[in-house]
Amino acid sequence: MSAAVNPSVLAGYDPGPHYCEMLGLPGHLSGHAAPIRDRLSHLTFEALQQRTQAAERELYNLGITFTLYSGATSIDRILPFDVIPRVISPEDWRIIETGVIQRITALNLFLHDIYHDRKILKDGVVPSDLVLGNSAYRPEMVGVDVPFGTYIHICGTDIVRDETGRFLVLEDNGRTPSGVSYVVENRRMMLRAFPDLTEGVALRPVSDYGPRLQEAMMEVAPQGNDDPEVVLLSPGVFNSAYFEHVFLAREMGVPLVEGQDLFVGEDDRVYMKTTAGPALVEVIYRRLNDDFLDPEVFRPDSQLGVPGLLRACRAGKVTLANAVGTGPADDKAVYAYVPRIIKYYLGGEAILANVETNICREDEGLKYTLDNLEKLVVKPVNESGGYGITVCPKANKSQIADCREKLLADPKNYISQPMIDLSVCPTLIGDKVEPRHVDLRPFIVTGRDSWVLPGGLTRVALPRGSIVVNSSQGGGSKDTWVLE
Amino acid sequence: MSDLLARFAECAFWLARYLERAENLARIIDVNESLAQESRRAEEWLPIVKIHTDEDVFFAKHASATAEAVIDFYILDRDNPNSVASAVHMARENARMLRHLISTEMWTHINVFHNELRELTPSDLRLGKLSALCFQIKVHCQTHAGITEGTLYRDQVWSFHELGKCIERADQTTRLLDIKYHHLLPSPELVGSPIDAGQWNALLRSAAGYHAFRRVHPRGMNPATVAGFLLFNRYFPRSVFVSLDLACGLVERLEDRFALTGGGSVASLKKLRGGLESADIAEVIKCGLHEYLDSLQRRIIAITDELGSNYFGHGGGAVGARKQNQCQPA
Repeated sequence: MSAAVNPSVLAGYDPGPHYCEMLGLPGHLSGHAAPIRDRLSHLTFEALQQRTQAAERELYNLGITFTLYSGATSIDRILPFDVIPRVISPEDWRIIETGVIQRITALNLFLHDIYHDRKILKDGVVPSDLVLGNSAYRPEMVGVDVPFGTYIHICGTDIVRDETGRFLVLEDNGRTPSGVSYVVENRRMMLRAFPDLTEGVALRPVSDYGPRLQEAMMEVAPQGNDDPEVVLLSPGVFNSAYFEHVFLAREMGVPLVEGQDLFVGEDDRVYMKTTAGPALVEVIYRRLNDDFLDPEVFRPDSQLGVPGLLRACRAGKVTLANAVGTGPADDKAVYAYVPRIIKYYLGGEAILANVETNICREDEGLKYTLDNLEKLVVKPVNESGGYGITVCPKANKSQIADCREKLLADPKNYISQPMIDLSVCPTLIGDKVEPRHVDLRPFIVTGRDSWVLPGGLTRVALPRGSIVVNSSQGGGSKDTWVLE
Repeated sequence: MSDLLARFAECAFWLARYLERAENLARIIDVNESLAQESRRAEEWLPIVKIHTDEDVFFAKHASATAEAVIDFYILDRDNPNSVASAVHMARENARMLRHLISTEMWTHINVFHNELRELTPSDLRLGKLSALCFQIKVHCQTHAGITEGTLYRDQVWSFHELGKCIERADQTTRLLDIKYHHLLPSPELVGSPIDAGQWNALLRSAAGYHAFRRVHPRGMNPATVAGFLLFNRYFPRSVFVSLDLACGLVERLEDRFALTGGGSVASLKKLRGGLESADIAEVIKCGLHEYLDSLQRRIIAITDELGSNYFGHGGGAVGARKQNQCQPA
């Protein structure tokens, strides 16, 4: 690589002791991203910066924003986008793809079981109280059959890579996972802004996510209608993911509705209010949490839901995606049991390993956590978005003391994990390319069968050394390229 | 194809209304600047406040109707629902809800327009720059209309969008005419004076109607011919008659193509159009132009309410009314 005249983008880039998604293991240049590295080397910093600015201006004009809440105020911001892609080899992708499909298959079997015969609880594989005492367990779903036994139709599984390059599952998001719109929009933007980077490189496409999801939704409709009406139920314009709801409704070609647009008739069917009167709805891709779905059953103060929706669901007149009550499957405490859940239902070892997890509701786990606190990451079990996490190796003394106090006050609300040295990607920071930690959220769509969107959302922690990738905590995103 | 959600029909209707309103606000401010330049009276910016019946809100905020205060109030002031900034903001909010039904080009343009307005500061409103700013606002609104024409799928969304545009335009043209009434009110001796003629001229130009008017009336210009032109002309796109005639065509299209019967609102629209068709401008002026404009505005508001209950599901009753109710729950 001769970079004497124009310093190329990757010249001087040093990933340090971390696994690098572009270079591989420290000291062992990996071949998989060679064509991309080669193309990047023809770009100058100036060109990279200019194209970044153009891309960000486009996002701003397109209004592709998320809403950041801080106290009573909210700000619309674009998700910071880094133009250097994260590249995944076909071999690595095969591991991820088969691994997440195995995982989602087991989790759907688990959900069916805990709402029917509860064999796994009776056999003592998963502690009964962890499931039945879980605030996300919905007794209203007991005995309710869902088409194809699919509870989690859309899953976003968070995966990281340690310093040896091994993939580890950090958590499953089986309620209302978000982020897929960035995957598709990032790719569109990259193809426009960097045609020279992708030329001659075969990338697995991501543009058919909408049609694939729509197909899966049609499959899970209640029996008897070849052309069921599918809608996307959003909490409305004030939701931080509203842009994504709009995006998906467009890509799927379905109406974007709010609770106020729907009602449940005397016949237990769901209707939407149109200019021509009520129209039957049979599948609802809902981006509203269980709590808000039906004020008759859950939070009575919910203005966002539809009274009677659960009644319609239990009567089999409408399919909700994801189903009500998937919470126990992606609970941070149940997570520790997922390898055993896989073995129980599918009989094999997990293709993707978990991060070793200490369950603080168990004495042993709490003791280990307290004894080794300085080395651990402590997470509340019922939070998302990166809120409430203490990364002890990077925290100061008073933060650690604070964490210890919270743990002792309510141990069952916490788990702890060793700090994983997340892999890094070269990332444009100001006028330099520096290593930044990343994770990966592939999206798995399940109707009759499961399909995985090639790649997924690569989130990047932009502050130097940070390993918290959530957008609410200063994270950005990258395009994820799965090579053919 | 499934029917449109009632809420989205209303969003489309108001998206168009708000942008049409922004365009007409720019026209009204522009013409008022012309009128103010020729006038030697104080408070020459008060008429804008009056035609919007905003006296209470305006004077709660400002001691007097200076040029700066009125222009700021009607362009930048987000607290004033009748300002350009508020109208464009509301248009964007409606567009945001309709985002999955309108084209990406429409949405992107509204965003660009909205962002430009947000970057304006009071110094951009100074009199020397005002006309250029009004021009810029008009062009953005017209760009929206053009992008809509070229990209919006012509289902019910398009019909309700166009319906909103026509209704708002009819209403705004009556207000544009009314501003002339308020400018002359304190000095009836000026009627027929060179100042008077200059004002009618400016008014026509602000409605982009001067040349069209000259084709109909090659010579002369008086209140009857100008008001008659802006109210009743059959071919001028901003006349009240043409706007309501188009609106009638749109509700007929909703019935023909989509089997949506608008009920009372359609009857009221057609009745109002019929009234305009047979009206005589001399008679109108004899009975009082201002009073006539006032009654037109009140009827347009009543029709909006009826559209709300007939198409948008207001008033608790069933939403919409299809000829054969094939979608009623069993």
